Amino acid sequence: MATTTAPTGRRRDDTRLALLFILPALIGFVVFMVWPTVRGIYLSFTKFNLLTPPEFNGLDNYIRMVQDPVFWNSLRVTVYYVIVNIALQTILALVIAVMMQRLTRRTWLRGAVLTPYLVSNVVAAMVFLWILDYQLGIGNTLIAAIGLDRIAFLSSEAWVIPTIALINVWRHVGYTALLIFAGLQTIPETMYEAGRMDGASEPRMFRSITVPLLRPVLALVLIITVVGSFQVFDTVAVTTRGGPVDSSRVLQYYIYDVAFGRFQFGYASAMSVALLLVLVVITFIQYRVTRAETSDLN
Amino acid sequence: MALDTAPPATTVGPAPPARTVEPPEPRHFSFGRALAWTFMVIVIVLSLFPFYWMLRTALSSNNALYAGSDSLLPVQPSWGGFQRVFGLQTGQEAIDAGGAGQPINFWRYLFNSVVVSTLVTAGQVFFSAMAAYAFARLEWKHREKWFAFFLAGLMIPAIFTLLPNFVLIKQLGLVDTLLGIALPSMLMTPFAVFFLRQFFLGISKEVEEAALIDGASKVRVFFRLILPMSTAPIATLGILTYISTWNEYFWALMVSYTDKSRVLTVALGVFKSQTPQTGPDWAGLMAATLVAALPMLLLFMVFAKRIVNSIGFSGIK
Repeated sequence: MATTTAPTGRRRDDTRLALLFILPALIGFVVFMVWPTVRGIYLSFTKFNLLTPPEFNGLDNYIRMVQDPVFWNSLRVTVYYVIVNIALQTILALVIAVMMQRLTRRTWLRGAVLTPYLVSNVVAAMVFLWILDYQLGIGNTLIAAIGLDRIAFLSSEAWVIPTIALINVWRHVGYTALLIFAGLQTIPETMYEAGRMDGASEPRMFRSITVPLLRPVLALVLIITVVGSFQVFDTVAVTTRGGPVDSSRVLQYYIYDVAFGRFQFGYASAMSVALLLVLVVITFIQYRVTRAETSDLN
Repeated sequence: MALDTAPPATTVGPAPPARTVEPPEPRHFSFGRALAWTFMVIVIVLSLFPFYWMLRTALSSNNALYAGSDSLLPVQPSWGGFQRVFGLQTGQEAIDAGGAGQPINFWRYLFNSVVVSTLVTAGQVFFSAMAAYAFARLEWKHREKWFAFFLAGLMIPAIFTLLPNFVLIKQLGLVDTLLGIALPSMLMTPFAVFFLRQFFLGISKEVEEAALIDGASKVRVFFRLILPMSTAPIATLGILTYISTWNEYFWALMVSYTDKSRVLTVALGVFKSQTPQTGPDWAGLMAATLVAALPMLLLFMVFAKRIVNSIGFSGIK
């Protein structure tokens, strides 16, 4: 990354101009990223209701958090959501990417698969709220037509998390597939030719060539999607608002509720710090386990 | 303020090198290929069907949806849903047609979304390009250290800065304003800086040096040479930023309280919560959903190739 260019004499020190050029970005970075990060951590040690100045209260928020059953429940719900969401999405995206690679590389196909990603989570949530409606939704109409019992997708405790996970899979799977597809392009075609010469079948080549060579890309995709998945909020806010009971109260929704519903910004900040720590640890573990930095190609 | 699952990985490749010559596709028929195509067709249908269903429902009469829930075509076709969304029906008309009857005007939200997305895109791309140029081409002390500092920002999940940023926006008196929604992502994102720097590094130095020898200043080189030469990656970055800002919900939900600053995503949520007692106005809701989604779908139709090809890892790796 460090490209040190050899100084070649005249007018080579641009320090003043450079500072001028980075100034707007630097202000944006410090004011809206660095400072809020520091402040978020500070607020987690205070009692703060937004109207009066924050009062330092030591570890109170953290002690409360450890003893708060709703917090633990929301963490459990979030982890459950992430597992369902990531498992389905990654497997499906991998299959789609490989199919696209083997069938046709035309843009229209990738465009069609990517279309859901172009709309917001809110739009996705709205349309599936309608499609999965218990009485009138076309989804349940079809289920009833083939003789099964209608499913209360978003209003039963058992179905709500898998359903929200599926809605988000619908929106994101094309994007994930395209990332993996891009990774597939880096595998030399000669590998497959050699495989074919040796009489290897497509499934065999998938296992012995595609998967090992794709590992670094898959690792990156997993880190990105898992971190994103932990931050689920929009779909829950639009479809269930955490219900029924607390069965879809994901962590981020609980944090929002504590901050804007009860104006306990200190406690909400403490939970944000907890989420941040969870994300850092998960990223670190994934990075180590999947050895994202090394490739088997070479 | 991209909260989406992924943006940081999106890499907007400097125009993907000649994929025009495609490798010959095997044409022989086999059972496996037929199976694979069947699978892909199912994937495409599942991806696109919800869009058709929005349109079909939006063009139906809400009161008729109960009887015709299994009809694949609009039930008793009507513009009523769209009329309610744009406030063209009087309260009583709307209630009779199954709507909430509260005044709602999506033109306002459409306008707000356009303003916020335009502010964020223009500001973020321009200021990030300036910083990227300083990191790529200007000679100054500690350049690499500053750049590493910026890159560290990629590690901060957007979600963590939302609460403190809200507190800050409130202190600045910008709650419930369009500027308040736009400001935090208007000046830069680490990804935009990183991506553009990567591209600027690839521009040949010779052209630049020729201009400098002719007596042009570096400022002039940036505006007259570097920016015009980079229209492709700048356009790609701009389109992606526009789309992710348009689709942002969480941050906008925190900052906007009234119609004054309500953007489409937030308005949709509000519209949904005004459910009339007789049951949801699905025709109106789907019309509103379509109105919120359509501008991005049109943008996608125009720039499909650019957007599709922009997704990859070329700049990260």
